[in-house]
Amino acid sequence: MTDLVSIEHITQRFGASLALDDVSLAIQPGSYTVLLGPSGSGKTTLLSILGGFLQPSAGRVLIDGADCTTLAPAKRPTATVFQDYALFPHMSVGGNVAFGLRMQGVAKDARVAKARDMLRIVGLDQAFDKKPHQLSGGQRQRVALARALVVEPAVLLLDEPLGALDLKLRRQMQDELKAIQKRVGTAFVHVTHDQEEAMALADHVVVMNHGRIEDEGAPERVYGRPATRFSATFMGESTILDGRVGADGRVATALGIFDLAGGNAGQMVHVAIRPEHVQIGPGIAATVKDVVYQGSFKRVAAAPAQAPEVALLARLPAYAAVAEGSAISLQIDPAQVILLAD
Amino acid sequence: MARAISILYALAIYGFIFLPVAVLVLFSFQGTLFPIPPFNGPSLRWYQAVLNDARLTDGLVNSIFVAVLSSALATLLGFLSAWGFARFTLPASALLRGFLTLPLTVSYLIIGMGLLIFFNWLGLPKSLAAAGIGHVVINLPLCFAIIYSQMGEHQANIERAARDLGAREWQVLTLVTAPMLWPALFAGFFLSMTFSWDEFVIAFLLTRFETTLPVEIWNLLRAGLNPKTNAVGALVFGISILLAIVFELVAFRKRPQ
Amino acid sequence: MSGARQPIAGWASVSPALLWTLVFFALPFVAMAAASLFPKGGDGLSLANYTQFFANPSYWRALTNSLEVTLVVALISILLAYPFAWILAFVVPERWQRLALMLAVLPFWTSYVVRSYSWLLVLAEKGIVNDTLLSLGLLAEPLQLANSRTGTVIGFVHFFVMLLTLTIFANLKQLSPNYRKAAADLGAGPVQAFLHVILPLTLPGIMVGAFLTFVLAIGDYITPQILGGNNELLMPQLIMMQIGRRGDFASASALSIILMLVVSVAYLLCARWLKIERA
Repeated sequence: MTDLVSIEHITQRFGASLALDDVSLAIQPGSYTVLLGPSGSGKTTLLSILGGFLQPSAGRVLIDGADCTTLAPAKRPTATVFQDYALFPHMSVGGNVAFGLRMQGVAKDARVAKARDMLRIVGLDQAFDKKPHQLSGGQRQRVALARALVVEPAVLLLDEPLGALDLKLRRQMQDELKAIQKRVGTAFVHVTHDQEEAMALADHVVVMNHGRIEDEGAPERVYGRPATRFSATFMGESTILDGRVGADGRVATALGIFDLAGGNAGQMVHVAIRPEHVQIGPGIAATVKDVVYQGSFKRVAAAPAQAPEVALLARLPAYAAVAEGSAISLQIDPAQVILLAD
Repeated sequence: MARAISILYALAIYGFIFLPVAVLVLFSFQGTLFPIPPFNGPSLRWYQAVLNDARLTDGLVNSIFVAVLSSALATLLGFLSAWGFARFTLPASALLRGFLTLPLTVSYLIIGMGLLIFFNWLGLPKSLAAAGIGHVVINLPLCFAIIYSQMGEHQANIERAARDLGAREWQVLTLVTAPMLWPALFAGFFLSMTFSWDEFVIAFLLTRFETTLPVEIWNLLRAGLNPKTNAVGALVFGISILLAIVFELVAFRKRPQ
Repeated sequence: MSGARQPIAGWASVSPALLWTLVFFALPFVAMAAASLFPKGGDGLSLANYTQFFANPSYWRALTNSLEVTLVVALISILLAYPFAWILAFVVPERWQRLALMLAVLPFWTSYVVRSYSWLLVLAEKGIVNDTLLSLGLLAEPLQLANSRTGTVIGFVHFFVMLLTLTIFANLKQLSPNYRKAAADLGAGPVQAFLHVILPLTLPGIMVGAFLTFVLAIGDYITPQILGGNNELLMPQLIMMQIGRRGDFASASALSIILMLVVSVAYLLCARWLKIERA
């Protein structure tokens, strides 16, 4: 199937700094893509280029097969939900949602009907005549969504849409976003720095750092088998160990020798171990350095006797009797150790 | 294309704005007696004439005096009242604050007239001091508004910290509040200076023998167009630009963190 | 807010300013109102000064002249200043904007009196404009620009274009750039974005600027006196005439109060837009 959006070798320079470095990405129809990364990673810049608010220094953007690189936002089949929602304060909610249709020249009755329909989909059909300042943050977010969706874009772009909401509301909106996306069928491209949000919403996660794509794929794969050190520590936590590939292809580290495919003899590598795969059991004697209680589990950092400089992270059950300074024995699940590409 | 039209329009407006100033400066260098075309020059004779004209130089000095003193007083009163209203819950606060800002809505002519009648009735003579009083009246609301708008909760917390560390009220005021607010104080003072320096009507109504520069210029011009006034105008312009540069450097370099 | 502390300190702090305003603003106003009720050469309390205003056509005409001139000035100034402020806010590159703005208001710092006389130089029969147009052959006879209402309007417009550029610029800059982006994103061309989004959002700011222009212009003495000529008088000139030529403070006071009433009426009409908002 042909890509809905094809981003080809996009580079973006601002003066001397390189915001995006030869980024290429394909987005499929009906998908929910999340651009995930810390601030400065280039994710918002990429979204701006997709939306037409920025012209890339180099590269092409193709939407539905057509080269849209230099096309103005009005002419592209994209619509953007802005971080501050940018609802027009002097218009009613209905006026806001119908705005795009009005610009297209749709007759009044038709566009009011469509606006009402879309407001129903986002659960705000009662708010048609209200003004934006009368709504709560979460409601305004949904109006912004409705306003962008009603013009039936090929791709919907969302710039950190849930950043301004508190945790509980954010979780609720995440569920709603996913439901709306499935219902409407439009491809969503969503920018965030919150990795939990990315995993909850995306069927395609793109991890970005310093203007490059570090890793991309289904959330299960990107989390389960991160490709790089950045990915392993940005998506969830990991203990990173130095390793050396022996003649037999096995990787020797300070905490043991692991059977990992893909390394060349003699190569210096890094391996990642997720805390949930480190449990109490025979294997590594260690001293507990830090315990953080998190309700359903305890996050424990321990210094192994055989390698005291390493901070081995373990996710232990909440009832585990551990305290700072106590002795502990940890077991690493060898099947879950990941060989990183960098 | 749209860009070209924008640039042309902007240049046209700039041209319109600078037209009288350009003419003013040009004819301050006029060689002959009258500041009308054609231009004969350049000549510095009118600048010389201005510096020799005691009334004009006296007027300049008087203007500076009145401006500095009235602005300082307006800033001080504005600061004290802003602090009082911002840090204490006083009854009818909104009403009283509205009262303080009321003079902003009244024409200078009317303020001047009121003072003229009032002083007349009290038997007080016209003087520079009277004009100064009028200038404080017009500038106090401005200083109050500017400083009050800067006295938010953030500043209040810093003052609370100072009090917590043992400072007495007057120490908090002089060692913490005033220095913290210095951009607002400076802005109020500078703006007051600008308005007082060039103010005509109140000075005209309330002064007699000793008067400010705008009034002296007016008196000079009643006898007919005189290139001396162009020279004075150009000098005033030059001084003002200098002050503006000073303001720019002071206000925008030392941005408090 | 620490009301728990001695409110005495608070009162002590605000009293100087309050007293000053009371003694040198409120009381003079009362004195003026009182003076207006005792006509010169009359006997005691009377509304003669006020009735005279309505009876005497030349007095009444001063008010209508003032209203016409200030409304025309406000309209022209807004029409000229808005596009200019727009260009400064959205077309000029960011790092040059403060400089461009400073340049636009630099003439504020020439003496108002001298600047008005310079306009005379430009607009007079033998002035620069006429000289240029005549020598270029575009005119057969010099235009009457100075010493007429045209001169007054031009003088005022010059001042208020600078002032309004400043206020409208601040207004435009304060709008979130996402409004324009959202409008563009939803298919609005530049004209549509302006009409449907930017203009309505900046309208309150424009109304404030218009009101400011009205208040400042209607009370200004210098510009009409220098550039307006002798054929028509505006209110401030009428008022000054009472003091200067006739020494009639009573009449001048009455006229001042009438002027203030007119401004108050204007304020009430515009009150909707003039609510001071706390950001």
